[in-house]
Amino acid sequence: MSYITKSPWIIHYDGSSCNGCDIEVLACLTPMYDVERFGIINTGNPKHADIFLITGSINEQNISVVKQIYEQMPEPKVVAAVGICATSGGIFKECYNIMGGVDTVIPVDVYIPGCAARPEAIIDGVVAALGALDEKKKALDARPKISDTAADSAMGAASDDSVDGAPPEPPEDPILPGDDVEVKYYGAASEDEEAESAADGSGGGQEEGSAGDSGKEEA
Amino acid sequence: MTVSLYAVIGLAAYLIAGPFVGGWFAGVDRRITARMQGRFGPPILQPFYDVRKLIEKEPVTVNGGQDFYVMCFLIFIIITGGLFFFGQNLLLVIFTLTTANLFLVIGAYSSNSPYSQIGAERELLQMMAYEPMVLLTAVGLYMTTGSFNISDIMLGGALAGGAIPLKYLIGIFAGYLFILTIKFRKSPFDLSLSHHAHQELVKGVTTEFSGRTLALIEIAHWYENVFLLGFIFLFFQNGTWYMALVGVVVALACYFLEIFIDNAFARMKWQFTLKASWLVTITFGAANLILLYYFKGLM
Repeated sequence: MSYITKSPWIIHYDGSSCNGCDIEVLACLTPMYDVERFGIINTGNPKHADIFLITGSINEQNISVVKQIYEQMPEPKVVAAVGICATSGGIFKECYNIMGGVDTVIPVDVYIPGCAARPEAIIDGVVAALGALDEKKKALDARPKISDTAADSAMGAASDDSVDGAPPEPPEDPILPGDDVEVKYYGAASEDEEAESAADGSGGGQEEGSAGDSGKEEA
Repeated sequence: MTVSLYAVIGLAAYLIAGPFVGGWFAGVDRRITARMQGRFGPPILQPFYDVRKLIEKEPVTVNGGQDFYVMCFLIFIIITGGLFFFGQNLLLVIFTLTTANLFLVIGAYSSNSPYSQIGAERELLQMMAYEPMVLLTAVGLYMTTGSFNISDIMLGGALAGGAIPLKYLIGIFAGYLFILTIKFRKSPFDLSLSHHAHQELVKGVTTEFSGRTLALIEIAHWYENVFLLGFIFLFFQNGTWYMALVGVVVALACYFLEIFIDNAFARMKWQFTLKASWLVTITFGAANLILLYYFKGLM
């Protein structure tokens, strides 16, 4: 296990959410949950961050912002989509200006569902992200140090692996933008979380690449 | 100049054990801070994990000069502390410290990021705020012991007659404690860089540093903190072993006090920092020196 899993620093960005998930993210820092005991620090600086937590769906206005934050983070880095809006667009999915989930713009490693995602779920998701981070670190060490393009392709492969390799429980199967789920989770959010996870248990990892395109078309 | 065995031991101990002690202090700081806030807190060795991680991260630099400046910052901090624990001239130590900090400021200025630049400006303001008091501390130690050489100050004052310098320098000690809050980058004076989550300036001077470079800054801070606590130690020396022990205990107590202050205050504006520290410098530092000068004739 590399040292990166012992000191994951987080940057938190709010896409276009209702702020519910943001409050839950910040709740993780409070004495009740105290994520700093795992060495997790909430830093406001993408250049210091290892994990990118995004709440809320991606809209036309913040595509560039999200991409820029992602690009400014030094490798190895992982992205966690917090809340149902960030995983699929949530109740905003049909809006004219909404792209969909975070994975329509940047690759996502961990999906943390919930409306709003509970602090327990977020911590669980971050721990899952640590697994992905470790995988990426190993891939980074294994890559030949030649050029940036080689690095990119190595990291691309790593991110795909890490989705499969990540601990299975916490990120229930994501609702991908292509899926037909408008009614399912809306209305009675709490009980539907479990229902969803039971219903579509198939891995979302393989579809991830294509999900971006389909989401865009839909939006 | 004769080199004493103590000086060599002091230098070697600082160079080798300095970062470990400083890093351990930082870990204890984070744990105590967490406990004061009703949290459990990270492991004591967390700062070492952080630095190890930062070294492992992908190196990203904004420009070529940046790493050079940070490396100079680290080297000059090591020279500062090295001179101090080697028992050299106190004024030289203070000027090297200023040089070290200037390299950090230049490093922060060298990028175009507004956060980094405002952080650098605030760092300069902080230096303006604490420098006079640091100089007065050196002058005060000179007036009580008759020497700027730390090896001489360690042996106790000629004037003091076996008494510790603190006896005549209570005002200056209080003033030094005040500016120590600035030097440790603690609230209310953590203007340019904070270890806490307030993000008004993102990360101030360190905004544009990442990975290995940031790790070097952290290590430099560990070295610097040990050296700053050494200053407090100096106030209690008269050449006896038990006062050396007292010096260490008081230095640790002061560190705890700074952590407490950090958790009890919000961040202040730079205007307040400048005014307050100069006011303290004049009322405690300068007044102490004037009284000392006056009563020196009577003793």
